[in-house]
Amino acid sequence: MNRLVALWLVCAALPAAAQDARKSGFAFMGPDTQAMQTDDLANPGMLFVLEGDALWKAPVGASQKSCASCHGDAPQTMKGVAARYPDFDEATQAPIDLAGRIIQCRAERQGAAPPQREGHELLALTSYVAHQSRDLAIAPAQDARLASARAQGAALYSTRMGQLNFSCAQCHDDNAGGHLGAAPIPQAHPTGYPLYRLEWQALGSLQRRFRNCLSGMRAEPISAGSADAIALELFLMDRATGMKLETPAVRP
Amino acid sequence: MNTTRRQFSLLAAGASFALVTPARATPDSMKESIQAFTGGRPVTDGRIKFEISLLVENGNSVPLSVLVDSPMTKDNHVTRIGLFNEKNPMPDVAIFNLTPRSGRAQIATRMRLNDTQFITAIAEMSDGTYFSARSGVIVTMPACVEE
Amino acid sequence: MARALINVPQKAKRGEIIEIKTLMSHPMETGFRPGMDGQLIPRDIIEKFVCTYNGEVVFSAQLYPAITANPFISFTTIATDSGTLVFSWTDNKGDTQVQTASIQVE
Ligand code: HEC
Ligand code: HEC
Repeated sequence: MNRLVALWLVCAALPAAAQDARKSGFAFMGPDTQAMQTDDLANPGMLFVLEGDALWKAPVGASQKSCASCHGDAPQTMKGVAARYPDFDEATQAPIDLAGRIIQCRAERQGAAPPQREGHELLALTSYVAHQSRDLAIAPAQDARLASARAQGAALYSTRMGQLNFSCAQCHDDNAGGHLGAAPIPQAHPTGYPLYRLEWQALGSLQRRFRNCLSGMRAEPISAGSADAIALELFLMDRATGMKLETPAVRP
Repeated sequence: MNTTRRQFSLLAAGASFALVTPARATPDSMKESIQAFTGGRPVTDGRIKFEISLLVENGNSVPLSVLVDSPMTKDNHVTRIGLFNEKNPMPDVAIFNLTPRSGRAQIATRMRLNDTQFITAIAEMSDGTYFSARSGVIVTMPACVEE
Repeated sequence: MARALINVPQKAKRGEIIEIKTLMSHPMETGFRPGMDGQLIPRDIIEKFVCTYNGEVVFSAQLYPAITANPFISFTTIATDSGTLVFSWTDNKGDTQVQTASIQVE
């Protein structure tokens, strides 16, 4: 872990103009899958964004307010938000991810049933909000109260776990660019979420993606929305500072 | 809700594997499907540009396109394009019905491929003749799926 | 809420061949996958896709379970007159979802 953090600090310390060896998962895909992502009319993730747009404007719950009632025009008010998340939540005095914030607004501010993690409604809303930051550079929240969770995420990332005794870093730092079976090992940058994974035949969150890697490692799942999941997301977003968001990305 | 295909098949394997193992298309059943499409008339190789990746990253979504060489006039056009496979549970993939108003005999779609196999595209012309093209596809598996 | 993405150019020249791409939100459940209880999950697929242009069918397709979830279909048609294109997707239970697009032909 020390080595990893040291390495990562070195990367972070390099001036922006210096060669950046970081690559989005996009760069590891075949041309067909890349084309599917870049053409909005062929990208199945855009179906969820489209649905999110409709949900954004629909009044729901006890308040009969829509997201738009409070937040107005998403392309303006939500621009850059996903590039900053996870952020610190004053109400719970804990880090909160974008999906968590949307659940909170839906339940507490709209008076509607809280949407399920990985459910269709939440994915549509989250991808719609995150899509407003597409092509923007990831710029993590600078709140000092996030530091301990971020460090916890960094530790998780380089801790060996599961029956196979692997760490995330072993694959995504030490062996990135190599292969696992036929699949190229990417650098695990969270640039595209929620994204459409062909394997899922649906949209899914970064935290669902964690579950896939953890199951590959024969490790205990980290449940979506948990402190560990948000810590890992905080770390990965920080590690990807300056990289462009792609939501909704497509991955194999 | 979050249970996935693989989990499904694992659980099912425990329960009653024989019951739930679907029949698979075979090169023979593909031939039958093609016969049904052409009414048994002869099929000539050619006139079709069939584009599909040789190597795909995930068999759940394989982009493909078919372009048939045809003037697409009232008297001389492509009426149907059929797609067939050898190894999915069913040999039929899709049938596209074209008209002179198509302007060009060109379609694109995405298909599922259970396994490495050959895909056949057949074009039916307005004069009742048939042309075909075939392409092999190698399907690789993604890593770290939900088990 | 029909969830489909369609690109029909708003304007086209008379006689121009336009390429139309359609993406429909649908699981395309094959009917070949076993569920939790070991029984097959019932088939739920789009079986029929039709595009009419000012009332006349210009393109249609028959789909089988081998077509990907969230089916993508692209085809061409000649821009003949200004008017409306109607797209419909019908599933194996007979439910149809419809979406329209208008085009101005000069
Ligand atoms: C044994 C190697 C291995 C380990 C260990 C591993 N992963 Fe992965 N991971 C992969 C591979 C391979 C892929 C790409 C999968 C594919 O495309 O099929 C991937 C993909 C990802 C992605 C998707 C990146 C993108 O472009 O969207 C993320 C995020 C990720 N892993 C995070 C993690 C985290 C967090 C851990 C530790 C909890 C972890 N991985 C552990 C092999 C690994
Ligand atoms: C009744 C007004 C209201 C409604 C309705 C509402 N929100 Fe909010 N939302 C807020 C307030 C207030 C905040 C700021 C919370 C804070 O900073 O603690 C907020 C914060 C957010 C944020 C974080 C913005 C940032 O810059 O950190 C997002 C994202 C968001 N809301 C999305 C939504 C979505 C999506 C909906 C509809 C499902 C919605 N909101 C409905 C009032 C509302």
